[in-house]
Amino acid sequence: MVLTIAMPKGRIFEEALELLRTAGYTLPPEFAESRKLIIEVPEEKMRFILAKPMDVVTYVEHGVADLGIAGKDVMLEEERDVYELLDLKISKCHLAVAGLPHGQVHHIAPRVATKYPNIASSYFREQGEQVEIIRLNGSIELAPLIGLADRIVDIVSTGRTLKENGLVEFEKIADVTSRLIVNPVSYRMKDVQINQMVERLSVVIPDE
Amino acid sequence: MSKLFMFEKPLGMRDTLPFLYEIKKSVRQAMTSEIEKWGYEFIETPTLEYYETVGSASAIADHQLFKLLDQQGHTLVLRPDMTAPIARLAASRLYQQGNPLRLAYNASVFRAQQREGGRPAEFEQMGVECIGDGTVAADAEVISLMIATLQQAGLQHFTVAVGHIGYVNALFLEILGNEERANVLRRFLYEKNYVGYREHVKSLPLSSIDQQRLLHLLDLRGDETAIHEARELVHTEEGVNAIEELHELWNALQLYEVADFVKMDMTLVSHMSYYTGILFEVYAENIGFPLGNGGRYDELLEKFARKAPATGFGIRLDRLIEALGEMETEAKIECIIFSQERFGEAIQLANEKRREGKRVVLQHISGIQDIDAYSKRYQHITYLLGHTGKGE
Repeated sequence: MVLTIAMPKGRIFEEALELLRTAGYTLPPEFAESRKLIIEVPEEKMRFILAKPMDVVTYVEHGVADLGIAGKDVMLEEERDVYELLDLKISKCHLAVAGLPHGQVHHIAPRVATKYPNIASSYFREQGEQVEIIRLNGSIELAPLIGLADRIVDIVSTGRTLKENGLVEFEKIADVTSRLIVNPVSYRMKDVQINQMVERLSVVIPDE
Repeated sequence: MSKLFMFEKPLGMRDTLPFLYEIKKSVRQAMTSEIEKWGYEFIETPTLEYYETVGSASAIADHQLFKLLDQQGHTLVLRPDMTAPIARLAASRLYQQGNPLRLAYNASVFRAQQREGGRPAEFEQMGVECIGDGTVAADAEVISLMIATLQQAGLQHFTVAVGHIGYVNALFLEILGNEERANVLRRFLYEKNYVGYREHVKSLPLSSIDQQRLLHLLDLRGDETAIHEARELVHTEEGVNAIEELHELWNALQLYEVADFVKMDMTLVSHMSYYTGILFEVYAENIGFPLGNGGRYDELLEKFARKAPATGFGIRLDRLIEALGEMETEAKIECIIFSQERFGEAIQLANEKRREGKRVVLQHISGIQDIDAYSKRYQHITYLLGHTGKGE
């Protein structure tokens, strides 16, 4: 049985590939450069599909991919019904609230711009604060600079983008690393292969 | 809101066209006849129930209920499952003497609209409820019947994962000491978040032995050996009882000769509070969602003022049909095309064929616009056109 694995394109992809190679999986070297969206690796009985990071969880939940590698940020935002089996400890970053250093929070309708509307609204609700969420798809840092929102909720890895745009981090919401996720049916129907993969990966996951 | 187009249906609602209807019918028949052979009796209950009673007793989350108001101002729900209505019916009418009751159903249930496709808001479910029997034999019967029903429907490769919520509860309570802390861990299992579970366990002020016991739970999957391993982790009476039930169940499933389909999974938590004992889910290839599930729910009938143990299963027909894949069930309908002169003859021929049990369309030639396109629909066509030549 072939295992179908949904991989996020971009930053996480390289690190995930590296981890799989360390775990002893033989993956072709030209893998990352290819523009193909589906890559077969018959030697390992694996098939990789390349998707947007936000979409990996969707492919896995619907079962068209057995496994996937997804950031904890996506897991928190999407709340999909999949198993979160392993913390791969790669692509470390964190979710944070940021804004202008002396920015005034709008008293009547504080606005928060983010790519993560669910995370942002539940975070502020837990803080006992009612905010209005504005959804953006990228370059979130722009929002406070030109007055679209008072604060933003976004991923921070080095903090460089915030700094260069004169923003500061106010609060940390959660740590983010990449996770190995599994479709609940595949977890039962292909348990032998999946357990094997989990074992091989757990051995090579970097320590804290 | 934009104006609705003529072809639109409410989100999540689907039509069943003839081809799918035929498949559904044959699957339904195969399943119904197997369930009847095990002595279960089919019943029907209303589509609408009160929110306060059946709606709130059901295992389905509140936001998934379709709600509406009746003229007296009571909140009604479109039944989100069949177990709660059957519990209502059994508690109020049928289950009087306290003897076991075996009921079955095949009905549409309703779950409020979802954010994306692939999730119908109305779907057909077939299942059974065995009410008033608290023995493990009843659990084994329900699981075996579910397996037999799926086999009769034509499904070959599937797996039933079986767990015991009583075991999970006993283990958590023994180690953690109170319900509140147990609930936190149970939620991680329910949300299938093993990473969070491990992190949480490691953060608890427990001895390393106790931490290992909790972490070991995640590996308790597989055949009968998982039950033996699970036994090592518990010491309380509740925990040991749960293990005994699982051994008993495993033996019974072997007697039914269905143990090959079953995998133990001690981490299975299908619902935060609904199930009380042995519980299970069934999975098949070709489909990413469970086909059905079930288990023991000994506290539900109490909500309808009559305490009784109960267990049952429900299978989703839409998912089962998807798992079955391509099926040959093209309806064999033949056609008689006639002209006015031979109307009488055509009726007689049609009646004759219908008496033989055939499905026959009787079509006047003048009613057809495009004879070539029409005749392609049928494999067998009898033409009764023009004068017969006899007589005239």
